[in-house]
Amino acid sequence: MMSEIFSVAFITGIIAATLRMSTPIILATLGEIITERSGVLNLGIEGTMLFGAAIGFLTTLSTGSLWLGVLAAALAGIALSLIMAILSVYLGLSQHVSGLGITIFASGLAMFIYRLVVGSPTVPPIIDPFSPIAIPLLSRIPILGGSFFTQYSLTYITWLLIPAVSIFLFKTRAGLRVRTIGQNPFAADTVGVNVNLTRTLCLAAGGAFFGVAGAFLTLAHQNMFLIDVIGGRGWIAIAMTIFGNWNPVMGAVGGLIFGFLDALQLRLQTLGVDLPFHIFLMIPYLITIFALISVSRKASVPAGLLKPYRREDKGG
Amino acid sequence: MKKFLLIALVGLMAVTFAFAGGDAEQADDGVFKMAAIFQTSIEEPWDGAIHVAALKIAEEMGLTYEFAENVKAADFSKVVREYSERGFDFIIGDAFLAGEEPSRAVAKDYPDIAYAFGSEFDIQAPNYSVFDNWIHEPAYLSGVIAGMMTESNVLGVVAAIPIPEVNRLVGAFKAGALSVNSNVTVKVAMIGSWFDPPKAKEAAVSMIEAGADFLFAERFGVFEAAKEAGVYAFGNMSDQNALAPDVVISSCVWDMYPVLKNSIDAIQNGTWKAQNLKDWSMMAAGGSSLAPYHGLESKIPADVKAKVADLQKQIMAGTFVVPVIETPTVSD
Repeated sequence: MMSEIFSVAFITGIIAATLRMSTPIILATLGEIITERSGVLNLGIEGTMLFGAAIGFLTTLSTGSLWLGVLAAALAGIALSLIMAILSVYLGLSQHVSGLGITIFASGLAMFIYRLVVGSPTVPPIIDPFSPIAIPLLSRIPILGGSFFTQYSLTYITWLLIPAVSIFLFKTRAGLRVRTIGQNPFAADTVGVNVNLTRTLCLAAGGAFFGVAGAFLTLAHQNMFLIDVIGGRGWIAIAMTIFGNWNPVMGAVGGLIFGFLDALQLRLQTLGVDLPFHIFLMIPYLITIFALISVSRKASVPAGLLKPYRREDKGG
Repeated sequence: MKKFLLIALVGLMAVTFAFAGGDAEQADDGVFKMAAIFQTSIEEPWDGAIHVAALKIAEEMGLTYEFAENVKAADFSKVVREYSERGFDFIIGDAFLAGEEPSRAVAKDYPDIAYAFGSEFDIQAPNYSVFDNWIHEPAYLSGVIAGMMTESNVLGVVAAIPIPEVNRLVGAFKAGALSVNSNVTVKVAMIGSWFDPPKAKEAAVSMIEAGADFLFAERFGVFEAAKEAGVYAFGNMSDQNALAPDVVISSCVWDMYPVLKNSIDAIQNGTWKAQNLKDWSMMAAGGSSLAPYHGLESKIPADVKAKVADLQKQIMAGTFVVPVIETPTVSD
């Protein structure tokens, strides 16, 4: 068994699988970090991802263009997040309730629209999905070439987005505003930052990330839309946001660890270890829980998170 | 603002209730009415097989057919009861797991209505029959094809959850492969859910890396990995060649038609009683079959085709019985 684990094919395979499986989680985590940094917890994430997966797929199915599908998924995510903004930012309703409401609503809506468009065929319609792109020269490096440099374009984009979001949040004026309204919206308001508008924009940006994260699963990883295709990956992104202490780089590291453990457990199953398969399936979730426990005690939660902003309320 | 929301909410609920009855008010026009209740969407192959057969028989016999999909555990009994109250003659569903108990409980309250649900457990007199897909026979034949054609002697199976219905397929596939090739090893992975194509694909990728050149796709998601790597795969439940014509060499097909046809005939003749409908799902009754090879016909050696055809004949005639293995198969 040891010789199987340390073979080049095994290592290349597991790195490649880790990167593939972590892509939607990292994308969604980045979106959630932007949103939560502005003070809004968006539990609509799981439903928004499913909605993006459906709209992206249907767009590609009818137009034949994968990138139009990605764009449509982003717009679908933005649309749902704007509903979230109306409920939680402007009406000031509970972020938990409105987020979960959006998830339930979006799951139903995704299936409804899918049925309207494709009817109820017994074999689901398929599209021609994104293929992995081998980067010239780099993809010939042993192990690293077949794993890091032979990925879907959306995976490469996700990696570029990790530093981009990080720079945006910590090195730009706009990022400073976002972080300030997440910490102390009253202070931000006094210096002329439009709190509710900024929160709405952050929700919209996050929604676009969620939509594309969902579409990755139906346009690249798979070539069909099925209900449950998200499979709880949105909730994992919520956990990774906390694990990463609202920092994009650390959140991405969390996503990678989760992806790695998931890739590992599938391989351990096929090695023929005679344990109940549930044990293997539990591994990524169990370790995530332990990581969360150890990390979240030191976590610095944005102070304004979960609190709708009302100018007439007293500051502080 | 709050008052307005409250009024709007009450209004919405009133409208919902007003329309909730659906066609319930319709007078019984004597047309035979059949309903199906599914816990997942009908793309799920097991539910899809039931749905297709129901559509076919509804058109053929001119019956009314309605179905509800994505009915979750909490709503299952409510939906079964609703169809029962509306006077349906025959109510079927995927059941198993979360649908098992609610459907049995409701059936007790309507002894004059015929019920048939998927189940690995016993019938419930007087009116609750059980069925199951018995496609272990085509699964065995798939194993024979894979065992004879494999070059690496490594085969892979990606399945959902190790319940008897799934174990039968995995066990039969392996038995079929071993019957023609004693050097074969079979890798098995469970994805822990009926619907997680991304995970199923990754499980398939890991098997291909371990050398598998034939994959049995109990679940959706596997064909994508097979396509990228250029290995063959077997579909499950319905003929899935159209999903990946270069990859899906055959499929284990479950046809619910004989189950439904015989049940409806019995109900109309007044001879219906609670029974296990499993025999109607067997190959000999036309309830299951090995799908055509489609475009990959030419890739299969003549001796393989001959062997499969011969076994098929023996199974139909009852001279060969495919082993029923209901314990989980562990990865080699």
